[in-house]
Amino acid sequence: MSSDSKDIVPGAAETGAAADRMAGVDPRPGVPKPDPILRASGIRRSFGGLTAVNVEHLEVQRGTITALIGPNGAGKSTLFNLLTGFDRVDAGEWAFENRQLNGLSGHKVARQGMVRTFQLTKALTRMTVLDNMLLAAPRQKGEGFFGAFARPVWRAQEAANRKRAMELLERFKLDAKKDDMAGSLSGGQRKLLEMARSLMVDPSMVMLDEPMAGVNPALVQSLLEHITALRDEGTTVLFVEHDMDVIMGISDWIVVLAQGEVIAEGRPDDIRSNDEVIDAYLGKQHDEPNGGTAAEAEGTT
Amino acid sequence: MRTRLVTVLLSVIAAIMVIPGIAAADAAGGESLKGQIRAPGSSDEGVEGIDIAVSQDGDEIGTATTDTDGEWEVEVPEAGDYHVVLDQESIPDEYELLEKPAGAERDVTVQEGRPFFVVYRLVPQGEAQAEASPSESESADDEEDAAGGAEPAAEEEGVVEAPGVSEGASFGEKFIGLAVAGIIFGLIIAISSVGLSLIFGTTKMINFAHGDMVTFGAMMAMMFSSMTLFSTVHEALAGIPVLGFIANPLVLGLILAVVCGGVLGVVLERFLWRPLRGRNVALIQMFIVTIGVSLVLRHLMLAVFGERRNKYAQFRIQEMLHFGPVSITPRDLVILLVSIGVLILVASMLQFTRIGKAMRAVADNRDLAESSGIDVNRVTLYVWGLGGSLSALGGVFLGLNQTVYWQMGFHLLLLMFAGVILGGLGTAYGAMVGGLAIGLIAQLSTLWFSPQLMNAWALAIMIIVLLVRPQGILGRRERVG
Amino acid sequence: MDLLQILTVSIETAIGPIAAIYVLAAIGLNIHFGYTGLLNFGQVGFMLVGAYGVAVSVTTFDLPLWLGLLASIVCAAILALLLGIPTLRLRADYLAIATIAVAEVLRLLYRAQFARPITGGVYGRNSFADGFYGINPIPPGSYGIGDVDFSADELWLMVVVWGLVAAALGITAALMHSPWGRVIKGIREDEDAVRSLGKDAFVYKMQSLVLGGVFGGLAGAMIALNQQNITPDQFMPQVTFYLWAMLLLGGAARTWGPVLGPVVMWFLLTAFDELLRSLASMDIVPFLETSQIGALRHAFVGLALILLIVYRPQGLIGDRKEMLVNVK
Repeated sequence: MSSDSKDIVPGAAETGAAADRMAGVDPRPGVPKPDPILRASGIRRSFGGLTAVNVEHLEVQRGTITALIGPNGAGKSTLFNLLTGFDRVDAGEWAFENRQLNGLSGHKVARQGMVRTFQLTKALTRMTVLDNMLLAAPRQKGEGFFGAFARPVWRAQEAANRKRAMELLERFKLDAKKDDMAGSLSGGQRKLLEMARSLMVDPSMVMLDEPMAGVNPALVQSLLEHITALRDEGTTVLFVEHDMDVIMGISDWIVVLAQGEVIAEGRPDDIRSNDEVIDAYLGKQHDEPNGGTAAEAEGTT
Repeated sequence: MRTRLVTVLLSVIAAIMVIPGIAAADAAGGESLKGQIRAPGSSDEGVEGIDIAVSQDGDEIGTATTDTDGEWEVEVPEAGDYHVVLDQESIPDEYELLEKPAGAERDVTVQEGRPFFVVYRLVPQGEAQAEASPSESESADDEEDAAGGAEPAAEEEGVVEAPGVSEGASFGEKFIGLAVAGIIFGLIIAISSVGLSLIFGTTKMINFAHGDMVTFGAMMAMMFSSMTLFSTVHEALAGIPVLGFIANPLVLGLILAVVCGGVLGVVLERFLWRPLRGRNVALIQMFIVTIGVSLVLRHLMLAVFGERRNKYAQFRIQEMLHFGPVSITPRDLVILLVSIGVLILVASMLQFTRIGKAMRAVADNRDLAESSGIDVNRVTLYVWGLGGSLSALGGVFLGLNQTVYWQMGFHLLLLMFAGVILGGLGTAYGAMVGGLAIGLIAQLSTLWFSPQLMNAWALAIMIIVLLVRPQGILGRRERVG
Repeated sequence: MDLLQILTVSIETAIGPIAAIYVLAAIGLNIHFGYTGLLNFGQVGFMLVGAYGVAVSVTTFDLPLWLGLLASIVCAAILALLLGIPTLRLRADYLAIATIAVAEVLRLLYRAQFARPITGGVYGRNSFADGFYGINPIPPGSYGIGDVDFSADELWLMVVVWGLVAAALGITAALMHSPWGRVIKGIREDEDAVRSLGKDAFVYKMQSLVLGGVFGGLAGAMIALNQQNITPDQFMPQVTFYLWAMLLLGGAARTWGPVLGPVVMWFLLTAFDELLRSLASMDIVPFLETSQIGALRHAFVGLALILLIVYRPQGLIGDRKEMLVNVK
């Protein structure tokens, strides 16, 4: 993305206001937060001798937008998978809203209110947009095998879910597409659908894995507005992203991962001026925004 | 990592080759009692599982059980008088022994240096018993293949004869005999399934028609080797040492069968799979198409060649060769040696030649190979050619070792899957190691369990491997995230 | 050549008990593959345990027929659980191989010598269906329209099997139009997405496997009642392939797909068969022998399968647009 994109990031004033959310927090790796929604310690995962993730300590502050950045192969997606129960840790423990999540499988983590999206969008292609939304509604009475036969029991709940789904679709400007197959949507629309769908679960925290990847620039702004709106409504957002301008523009807090370890944490301004980050990542990345090769080579060794 | 594996594989193969060389040959003798028990009203359909015991002056000399072709043989130490008893209990329920010209017990005289043929004849049981076999009603016909299960007891799928193993042998002798049979069977599976694994690797497609490509090879060899043209050529050249062997109708038939198998593979890839891939047909759909191809191939062969089981005329009956504790027919010895040679050749080809390396690269990661400038379509075409030829070769060997019939490859297919999965889907070396292991498991299981269950054991092992280590012995675990 | 005769026989097969049995098994497969996306290539294994459930209960253990039918259902459900617990966590194509292998191992076990006291080994079991035909309420005689007719026993079985088909269709339709069915279809599209939304995909897949397996088991029990004589070798892997061909012909993930597929397929198969037979008997085609007709028929199924996938991958009543969406 070109440097003009800075202009489309929602106002700089907001960035200033956001900084207040993390007031008084020391910008160093593993720093404790005043009101953490997620706390993780000693998370480790290796693949055949290669350590992919080795996080000493990490906390995510409630009601903020926290960005997880790092060069390719830094272990961002792996950390996401581990925290959300889509991969097993070799060691470590973590708690969400003070409840231990160790060893819980993906669907149980989601039921705790920590809902994720995927780097490669997982729209349920041969289902309608509306069905995609309805599927996500929690605690449905008609979801059980035997409950499914008792239509009168779940009819009212279904109608209520449908109403909520339509509200969310309207908010994400997908309401006109409600009866289209999800597979017929464009890449950006799929990202929007996936985000809307995750909100159907009523999460207290959403984890977005590269929500901007492959999205046409016109849609990026609308996605960013949705993300900040989520935060303003009280939902915590943790997201992985590559685009530096986007990250600096909307994040309250940034966590930098390199070779599986947290090497820096801080507000956007702290990260911008952090020598270690610049050495490991930003320096090269900043000079040539699309020249990922140098960072890639570094990340994979 | 890969190089080390190849080294290990090659050294294992070399070790296997050395063993027969150490053992001294002792191919003398030839006194034996033998015969073939056939189903009533059939000229060549044998009845399996009938026990025969031979004794001399009250001492048991040996026992035998008829194989899939109804053949049995008991070797005797010297010429002389012997007492032969057929166990009437072991005759399948639908038959009984004809008491003419003599009953179940016979006294015979064996002459020096010659096998003695003992003739037993079976007749169908009474009408009441005959109904026990599956009815020929319309519904039964609809359920199964045209030839399926008319004589259930006679058809034992995929059971390989273990040469030189008789009931009376000690555990050690049995073990050696079965191990030899297992290695041969395993090598045949390995040869046949290299293509299956490489095809999966390069196109991510599970080729259900692979078993029928095996049958195709065996049938082609059968067709060519029985052509009068070739026997005429053979007669003309019989006197000349090397040329005489090469001009053997079966050797010529084998070569032509391998060529035909390769052509079949190439034609399928070029005119079916490549266009389908071009149309972005989903993998599951491709999988269904391979089932369709398999049905067409198998039943066309059934229509053309019939449902009879045949043996290659050239190597029907052979004397056993003895290498210390190991007994093997020259036919099986040739299969063993040629199979090992072919596997070494294929491994070297994959390891050292350009196209071989390209094949492994495409099998490993099609996209990466494509982006690094390999012509993936061309490599896939070669893989199909190689796979087709190898499966045809495996088919001829299987036909030599057992019998040629229209379902032989289909019955081998699940064992090939088992081997490929055991070794690791998509890797050629995995198919070799896995195939060999499956052959051994199947044969050695008969040491403790019924031969009827040997395929069940092989499949059970495969299921366990799937559960414990889905990537197989040599496969790599896919990295998540 | 009597075309009317060929047509009559073909129609009789297409609506007869065998086609109905295949419809029932195909409905089960449709739940597995069409809706849940499970590649079950061992449906014949469910039919095997279903058929033997009723046959063994009645012959070996002298139980009444209704208990036998219950045993069929229970056996199929147990097989689904045993198969599902370890394999449903595997990748989809591994599941295909595991299921086909399990079905084949079952066949080998049922026909093995040691199982003979229970299953009858290679000779199977017979005369267990008297209780079923004993309660036939239809008076003896011949029933039908025109030349298409059935005996009282055939009609009785048809009523029962088509009745089961109707029940299975009703159950499937009710489930698939409920939130449960939505989750099931979601799993077909992307299991991880469904898990990330808080649904336990494993439990749903298991329920689907059991339900479809029970329909397969009932189909097997009906085979047993239809033939009154079963052997393990009737349950070769080919039966599963036929079911797949029929399901795809009709159209997967459609309520009426698994009904239409087997009916059309049996009609075509029988017509093809009868046509070849009459051609052979008239000596028009010189090379054709009666023994080859069965073989050619199977080759015909294979060819139909190939052409179907190439030219109409969505089946007779499938949605072409949906198929195209599927292409990734």
